[in-house]
Amino acid sequence: MTDTTRTAPRSFQEIILRLQTYWASRGCAILQPYDMEVGAGTFHPATTLRALGSAPWAAAYVQPSRRPTDGRYGENPNRLQHYYQYQVLIKPSPPDLQDLYLGSLEAIGIDVSLHDIRFVEDDWESPTLGAWGLGWEVWCDGMEVSQFTYFQQVGGHDCAPVSGELTYGLERLAMYVLGIDHVMDMPFNDPQSPIPLTYGDVFRQTEEEYARWNFDVANTEMLLRHFEEAEAECAAILAQSHDDPKTGKRIVMAHPAYDQCIKASHIFNLLDARGVISVTERQAYIGRVRALAKQCADAFVQTTAGGYAAA
Amino acid sequence: MPDLLIELFSEEIPARMQSRAGEDLKKRMTDGLVEAGLTYAHASALTTPRRLTLAVEGLLANSPTIREERKGPKVGAPEQAVEGFLRGAGITRDQLEERDTPKGAVWFAMIEKPGRPAAEIVAEVLEDTIRNFPWPKSMRWGAGSLRWVRPLHSILCILTTEAGAEVVPLDIDGIAAGNTTAGHRFMAPARFAVTSFEDYQAKLKRAFVMLDTAERAEHIWNDAQNMAFAAGLELVEDKGLLAEVAGLVEWPVVLMGRIGDAFLDLPPEVLQTSMREHQKFFSVKNPKTGRIERFVTVANRETADQGATILAGNQKVLSARLSDAKFFWENDLRVARAGMDAWAQALENVTFHNKLGSQGDRIRRIAALARELAPLAGADADRAEQAAKLAKVDLNSEMVFEFPELQGLMGRYYVEAAGHDAAIAAVAQAHYSPLGPSDDVPTAPLSVTVALADKLDTLTGFWAIDEKPTGSKDPFALRRAALGVIRLVLANDLRMPLDRYIDAQLLRHRYHASNGEAALRDLIEEIADHGVFGAAFETIREKLGDPDALEKLAGDVPDLSDDLLAFIHDRLKVFLRDEGIRHDVIDACIAMAGNDDLNLLVKRARALNAVIATEEGENLVQGFKRANNILTQAEEKDGVEYSFGADVKFAESDSEKALFAALEQARARIEPALKAEDFPVAMAAMAALRGPIDAFFDEVQVNSDNQVVRRNRLNLLSQIRGICSSVADLTRIEG
Repeated sequence: MTDTTRTAPRSFQEIILRLQTYWASRGCAILQPYDMEVGAGTFHPATTLRALGSAPWAAAYVQPSRRPTDGRYGENPNRLQHYYQYQVLIKPSPPDLQDLYLGSLEAIGIDVSLHDIRFVEDDWESPTLGAWGLGWEVWCDGMEVSQFTYFQQVGGHDCAPVSGELTYGLERLAMYVLGIDHVMDMPFNDPQSPIPLTYGDVFRQTEEEYARWNFDVANTEMLLRHFEEAEAECAAILAQSHDDPKTGKRIVMAHPAYDQCIKASHIFNLLDARGVISVTERQAYIGRVRALAKQCADAFVQTTAGGYAAA
Repeated sequence: MPDLLIELFSEEIPARMQSRAGEDLKKRMTDGLVEAGLTYAHASALTTPRRLTLAVEGLLANSPTIREERKGPKVGAPEQAVEGFLRGAGITRDQLEERDTPKGAVWFAMIEKPGRPAAEIVAEVLEDTIRNFPWPKSMRWGAGSLRWVRPLHSILCILTTEAGAEVVPLDIDGIAAGNTTAGHRFMAPARFAVTSFEDYQAKLKRAFVMLDTAERAEHIWNDAQNMAFAAGLELVEDKGLLAEVAGLVEWPVVLMGRIGDAFLDLPPEVLQTSMREHQKFFSVKNPKTGRIERFVTVANRETADQGATILAGNQKVLSARLSDAKFFWENDLRVARAGMDAWAQALENVTFHNKLGSQGDRIRRIAALARELAPLAGADADRAEQAAKLAKVDLNSEMVFEFPELQGLMGRYYVEAAGHDAAIAAVAQAHYSPLGPSDDVPTAPLSVTVALADKLDTLTGFWAIDEKPTGSKDPFALRRAALGVIRLVLANDLRMPLDRYIDAQLLRHRYHASNGEAALRDLIEEIADHGVFGAAFETIREKLGDPDALEKLAGDVPDLSDDLLAFIHDRLKVFLRDEGIRHDVIDACIAMAGNDDLNLLVKRARALNAVIATEEGENLVQGFKRANNILTQAEEKDGVEYSFGADVKFAESDSEKALFAALEQARARIEPALKAEDFPVAMAAMAALRGPIDAFFDEVQVNSDNQVVRRNRLNLLSQIRGICSSVADLTRIEG
């Protein structure tokens, strides 16, 4: 493998590939995105659930993320309703995590001897996940390029050991590294390729389609119903006995239940974009999703991966 | 005597917590050292984003040996008693001393606590300090359980004497104290050893770390000012930002950049706020145009290209930010020019407080009260109502959503853009004032009116739903609102009976909670016109025809109203304390009728305070109290009230006759003075009674055997009470 550090990357995908290579070389399992609609990389069970329990963990992955209210029909230079996050979670957080992180910036072509990198206080909290941590947003020349968090609690459970979480907003970071002003102009693959593609070639049309659907067309009655159904299914799954009557095994269905929590959370975001949730209702909905996340966390710590050991 | 140097080296400490943490480190360490017997000559704490440092000079090398004497059982006491004493004192029998006391021979123990070396004590106190450090928020990391603001990486702890430096042996959850630290994260990351504070500070400077926050702040400020000056520009002062930025860097490098031409027409406050909040940039103003044209950013390092890459990056980020701000500004202006209906509409759906309805409801209540208050402040009722309805519409603008601290200011721009005149536009900004005890109080009649209505609506609203401040908790800033009312009324010399406006507004909240029954609304209008608990009360009740509705509406409103007025009076006491007015003086004035007219109350209190400060006044109070005590006792004993006119024809002595004459004179002066609210004159007339009252008590026995004379004298005392009480309730004066 050639050392790509200190050479400028030429495309969005090259930045992603370099991050994958970098974190793989630092011992992370490179996972694939979760196959559901989520608002951020944190929702991936590889972060939310794996931050719980005592088992060591080290994973990195790209997570497509959806924030319906951020849709701008592809016109805004850096706001998108669908974008990518790069997520790293290591448990327990290693003592040199800051240095490891700075190494990743070098890997994608940021020469730290020319730039001003800062760790600026930013405490992270996810009301829907019942999670919080302390850390920073990382600034490069005044621009926020990552979120750096030591998880303290998830789903109402104390994290012990503590996980270190890194989140990179890939489009923004790549635009910065590549010197691009409008996201749609960013080269997706190598501009020297036989068929060069920009971010706009890949996503401009979908941004338009989804913005229209998110804001004006999505069937709110159906969505409200689906929210209720996901909530009910989550509860129903978790109400099952831990002992599977068919196989006789102990099977706690934390992940299937958590899928329903993810679903409810995304539906809430869609309803929010449709403007049918009032300020007061908003809090109530967030509380309902948080209750699901909490129950899923409770269930996960009853599983082997969550640290459960049969008596 | 050794010097102590401690450095706690961690990942980046939030800027806002650093200086407090330095103070806490110093206090906890020095308190602990002194308590253990280690005194010192001087201690100072220094902080950077990655380190808390404490330097203690002239520490004792050992804590002093302490000899303690303890008295034991009598000589000849049972053996168990002596042994128990020996165990308790931790000594052996040969260390006992027999001494004669008045109660006979007694065993004494001489216990000697040997002094301990400084290193031992420092290690204990430091461990305790680290484990119990009062961070506002702390965290765990890795697999450990130690808490610190961010992961703690190393502890430097050395004692330095002429013989050299010695590491204090200490291990906290695997972090062993040593004599090394690291330099700047990027410019000199290698670890190095130090031997003393001077050595530490000098080596850090060579490793690109300025240890002292004040030095960093000064460096930033000087460089920034020089840079601006060299370009013929002016740096805009911002102490809060300077303190924050000094806490974000170990090696400050100041860079100045240009703001793109496309953004120069944004309101200067928007530029400044956006740059400060998002980028932590200072603003640089062109004194000729008054516009903000450049920015200053502070990097944490030097670079080979003299900061060119850093500046270019910052400039780009700023452009993106300002593009957003410009987008908000232009969108907002479009809504404003169209009359702002969209915002007013949207505020109907924004909750102010779940028990107090939407912002729309709140604005309607404020506007209704503003109509009533307008004439008192010399404003036109229609215009006051209109200004109140516009004052908060900017809450729904995109700019205020992005920068909440620009509320009001943006309102002023937008209301003006909507075509309203400057006086109405000014209300949007001014009605939030005054925000504290020292900032400016609005004086324009429209602004005064809406500012008062806003604050009274807030106070009455939270009183109506029983969300009053308790102890240190005041989440809705109600103390500040009450102080605002006080300052608005006093500074503008407004004469208003607060009671009736408090009542009316409490009722509006009740009306709101009742979901708006029409009969109740009419009632409130009636009450607002006449005042609720005055003479109009009966009329209203008759008019209503349904007394239950009044009960439902008013309920405990009179109690709430009294309670809120008492709260405002309490704030007034705090406010007047700075003026040197005694709290008992204010109490004596609050006890008088019309105490809801704050201006009247303050005038009276100032006059009384001035009189009481004189010898005359002080003695008068004594004389009054004496008269009042005798009278009260007699009234209790006799079971009657002596308020019948005393007659001079029963007066026996000269001093008694003189008091009759003096009281007559005083009354003649006091009554018109009170009517004219000339309290100094009324008080002076009252104080003039001091001589005759003193002479009367010197010469005359009130409780005469002659019942006619006694009754007459008691009635005379009653006149003293009556006259003095018309000025203030002197029974409340202490001393």
